[in-house]
Amino acid sequence: MSRFRVDEGLLWSLRGVAFLAGTIVVFVVAFVGWEASAALRSVGLSRFVTDPSWYPSEGLYSVLPMLVGTVLVTAGAVLTATPLGIMAAIFCNHYAPAFVARPYRRMIELMSGIPSVVYGFWGLVTLVPLIAQVEPPGTSLLAGIMILTVMILPTVTLFADSSIGRVSEEYTRGAAALGLTRWATVCHVVLPAARPGIVAGVFLATARAIGETMAVLMVCGNVVKTPGSLFDPVRTLTANIALEMAYAMGDHRSALFVTGLVLFLLIVALVWGAELAGEGRARG
Amino acid sequence: MSSEHPTEGNEALFEAENLTLVYGDTPAFEGVSLSIPAGEITALVGPSGCGKTSFLMSLNRLSDLVPNCRVTGSLRLGGQDILSSEVDLIALRRRVGMIFQKPNAFPFSIRKNLTFPLQEHGVRDRDKLATLVEASLRDVGLWDEIKDRLDAPALSLSGGQQQRLCLARALALKPEVLLLDEPCSALDPLSSGVVEDLIVSLRGRYTIVIVTHNLAQARRVADQVAVFWVQGGAGRLIESGSVGQVFEDPQDELTRSYVTGQRG
Ligand SMILES: Nc1ncnc2c1ncn2[C@@H]1O[C@H](COP(=O)(O)OP(=O)(O)OP(=O)(O)O)[C@@H](O)[C@H]1O
Ligand SMILES: [Mg+2]
Repeated sequence: MSRFRVDEGLLWSLRGVAFLAGTIVVFVVAFVGWEASAALRSVGLSRFVTDPSWYPSEGLYSVLPMLVGTVLVTAGAVLTATPLGIMAAIFCNHYAPAFVARPYRRMIELMSGIPSVVYGFWGLVTLVPLIAQVEPPGTSLLAGIMILTVMILPTVTLFADSSIGRVSEEYTRGAAALGLTRWATVCHVVLPAARPGIVAGVFLATARAIGETMAVLMVCGNVVKTPGSLFDPVRTLTANIALEMAYAMGDHRSALFVTGLVLFLLIVALVWGAELAGEGRARG
Repeated sequence: MSSEHPTEGNEALFEAENLTLVYGDTPAFEGVSLSIPAGEITALVGPSGCGKTSFLMSLNRLSDLVPNCRVTGSLRLGGQDILSSEVDLIALRRRVGMIFQKPNAFPFSIRKNLTFPLQEHGVRDRDKLATLVEASLRDVGLWDEIKDRLDAPALSLSGGQQQRLCLARALALKPEVLLLDEPCSALDPLSSGVVEDLIVSLRGRYTIVIVTHNLAQARRVADQVAVFWVQGGAGRLIESGSVGQVFEDPQDELTRSYVTGQRG
């Protein structure tokens, strides 16, 4: 076969794979939309936000408490994990001696590979009883935030670590030559230069937090109610689907697909936000 | 040419005695004894890898940043031992500024490049900052070129402008000494000429140590010249003296063949 033919073959197989990946996404979204449309028609779009609560057996379908639950759990975890992850990455790159930094990195990589059900199980048997000592029942928004924080921390840390590691030594040397302290160098020179990579990591971690199901389901209590405090139980959108899909039928089943659609829109909004943040940076 | 500049009588600012720098077990330079007179321009020349950059980095203790790099011997700045572990590195580096081969303007605005090191060194007053920004940019002849776009990213400047910005950034901190590591070698000939003229214009106000591969440049700008050479696996100082002496009447055979262009 000539070089040209090989090239041509590769090109077409890459196109094929790209097309396949694209169509699968389109099909999944179309399928979810199709399944959801039954409930959207018979129940009506507005009742998914105006109904007093989610009681499918009584024909009440508000997804609002779950949306609030997902947003609170995610925001709490991202707001906690971001500073922790950035600080861990700074420590690894600029403060820790090599014999500490190396095993530390390995440990974080390992952490990112632990399945979520293991985190959930640990949370249920260790974290939840601890929280219950402060305020029962223990399964709560707080437990969800803590477990999710631990789960997305590796993502934030690894992204921050690699982008901080890639900041040119010329900058750190130049800053040191100006008589700047290590901390000033990190805050004012290294972090601004590493920002794009750090932001990418935070967005990826956010997406993971929104989609996380198992661990959150195990520690959050899953009561459909907008939480009034950190110690109240919450149900997230993902948990809602996982909990009820086994027995849901008719409008109820279709309403679960509406929940999925809301999740999808949340992710779209996130990606859009990431895009805007990227553009803002490029211009600024 | 050298007769135009004072070559005798200036007090030594840096005094290195038997100075050695090693990376792990490998010496970069060994047994260097050199005094650098205050207010003059001293050029360090020599072939690649003979330890010129390493020597420069020992003068502001930037060598501390390299893991397992150690400096031994004696090094004094104005009589003070600067190899001691008690030396305030922040104060030392503020006193001894450094410019690198590749311009290293930070990835934010021109203005912030100048103000942020000043702020870190305790200058908070806005008017004072603005005055210092203007003065240092005027010093390097950049003010008229960029006064209307101080908030543009520093990396949008040309290479030569960036190098002058780095110089302005160092000058704004009012150092006594400027260490210049091949400041022109990454620039086009035109910018290189501008930066060279700038260095000459700073003579007398600062003590300047410049590393250069360009012997003609050393001859044009320097008062004193120190020639480094690799001997026995480590860089050594083989000759030092006034420009006139080193270029016209070198004592060392290697220096003679180096300055006449036969070696190096
Ligand atoms: N960070 C480092 N770690 C280990 N060895 C180094 C390091 N930096 C420099 N060296 C070695 O030390 C020796 C002197 O290097 P140095 O950069 O001081 O030479 P130089 O005279 O500045 O060379 P050039 O003219 O190419 O810039 C070289 O052999 C170099 O390989
Ligand atoms: Mg060098």
